[in-house]
Amino acid sequence: MAHDKLVVSKKKFNSRLIVGTGKYRNMSECAKAIEISGAEIVTVAVRRVNITDKKKPLLMDFINPKKITYLPNTAGCFNSQEALRTLRLAREIGGWKLVKLEVLGDKKNLFPEMIETLNSTEILTKEGFEVMVYCNDDPLMAKRLENAGAVAIMPLAAPIGSGLGILNNINIQIIRKQTKLPLIIDAGLGQASDATIAMELGCDGVLVNTAIAKAKKPFVMAEAFKNAVIAGRQSYLSGRIEKKLMGNPSSPTKGII
Amino acid sequence: MKKKIKIKINGKSNIIDDKTNLSVLLRDLKVPLRKVAIELNREIVDKKKLNNIFLKTNDKLEIVHFIGGG
Repeated sequence: MAHDKLVVSKKKFNSRLIVGTGKYRNMSECAKAIEISGAEIVTVAVRRVNITDKKKPLLMDFINPKKITYLPNTAGCFNSQEALRTLRLAREIGGWKLVKLEVLGDKKNLFPEMIETLNSTEILTKEGFEVMVYCNDDPLMAKRLENAGAVAIMPLAAPIGSGLGILNNINIQIIRKQTKLPLIIDAGLGQASDATIAMELGCDGVLVNTAIAKAKKPFVMAEAFKNAVIAGRQSYLSGRIEKKLMGNPSSPTKGII
Repeated sequence: MKKKIKIKINGKSNIIDDKTNLSVLLRDLKVPLRKVAIELNREIVDKKKLNNIFLKTNDKLEIVHFIGGG
């Protein structure tokens, strides 16, 4: 398993678990949960600096961007223009090219606005960004994103923050079959076993935020997700048995007394 | 007395001296330059060229950084 790495845009990562840094009670809790999860990529948001409260702690003081790969996202953007502006600023902070594009279409269900997402993917790719794209679980749209230059396809399992787990595993399997790009389940997972299922479907990784940050014991859940992703990946690679309708005894039937 | 101008910093009105140098303003605001990006009137500012920029009335300055997010 040691050589089994997640490869995104030619960058290699040992961990297949990506975690979000939102919704934690404070930054030290967030940093500790990340450490326990073993994640090497974390998503971060771009927001205004609080210029009146200069003592407010900075994320970069807690999570070292030299050790952990920051994946700037466009959370909260509802059109292409806002998303492009956000990621251009993100790149300016410290040269980030690898980004997560997320253009939302509805404030209640938080489903992605795929037309704007597709247009943004094309523009960002032309500008030299490496774009990991949050999308719905539609194989046709996933194909179009791939053709537009996406470096990773990141379909939702269920609405962001819903904790419902994978609602359409058939679509996820179809997307898996059609693409060689990294396939990462982004959004909607609720518990560790959801991550295992995603990995067993052949996904290359999962992105989790709320399920860890809002668990009653985030550190324990962070470890659970770490183990669940590893277990799911091993299970996928090990070649599971066929499903059969009838039973098949585990002990030899010959020599029964 | 120096002429004063009104600019917006992160959406809020601020009164500053006319022709204030952007580099000086950011220093006075104690902005950690290596951890932020700056946008002036919707154009990204090259942080190496802050010294060459002098603010004028109604300028809109945005200073952003990374925070926790999913």
